[in-house]
Amino acid sequence: MTTEPAPQRPVPTSTGSRVTHVLGIASLVGLAELVLFGLVISPADAQLGETIRILYMHVPTVSVAYLAFVITAVASVAYLWKRTEFWDLLAASAAEIGVLFFALTIFNGMMWGKVTWGVYWRWEPRLVTTTVLMLTYVGYLVVRSIPTDPRTRGTVSAVIGIMAVVNIPITHKAVDWWRGLHQSRTIFGTVDPEMRGTQLFATYLGLLVFMVLFAWLLIHRFRVAWLAERAADEGLRGALAERRAEGGATA
Amino acid sequence: MSTNFYIAVAWIVTFVSLALYSLWVIRRGRELSRRVPEEQRRWM
Repeated sequence: MTTEPAPQRPVPTSTGSRVTHVLGIASLVGLAELVLFGLVISPADAQLGETIRILYMHVPTVSVAYLAFVITAVASVAYLWKRTEFWDLLAASAAEIGVLFFALTIFNGMMWGKVTWGVYWRWEPRLVTTTVLMLTYVGYLVVRSIPTDPRTRGTVSAVIGIMAVVNIPITHKAVDWWRGLHQSRTIFGTVDPEMRGTQLFATYLGLLVFMVLFAWLLIHRFRVAWLAERAADEGLRGALAERRAEGGATA
Repeated sequence: MSTNFYIAVAWIVTFVSLALYSLWVIRRGRELSRRVPEEQRRWM
């Protein structure tokens, strides 16, 4: 009796897979719906007026950034414990995406500030703590870009990744602890209790869509980081083989 | 400038930034995939 050989899975030529295809399509559909609800269907707010539409970007981006930074911290702890490449690369990938989303949060906040306060920026408590948080994670990425051996890089950046996460509750609670201009918290406590109907729906839709987009980006970015490590190994192996061949030729 | 201008800028900058970053990640993944042996490109 002959047994059929197991069918070979196709070798991927990119960082895509079935899971990322599903997440990618869901993100695109969700973003289209968010445009529809956030800019067309939902009405202006009684207090915030049309500026509520900026918050449909601001709230989801900051939520994703916080989540990304928490993943960085958890993965950093896991790296110091397990010492495996997986956790190190996961921490780095999440931090990079977190910085992008946090930069967008700050930018959207500046647009909102210009309309509401008349200026793009004020050195008030929430914005000071936000700046510190942003600079800490930019520092994390700078440290990771310094050429050194992967173990040292992983250890140093893991320590920063754990210490930096402490800034999140400080930034988040800054509006309660110190008197400032920034409006009170709109997420994790109140997605504004006055919010109803399509406004509330647009806010939650934004949160959901950006979380799905984040998952899609994180998987791709992790695989890119993993491939970059393998490519570096291959490059080193090639250079060593070349050196050996040169040595053999001159001997 | 009108309020709608700042709303449009906020949305456009967010969408364009995310699109450009996504494009960079996908392209880098394709480029690196060509440099890495097949047996190391198996996604779970």
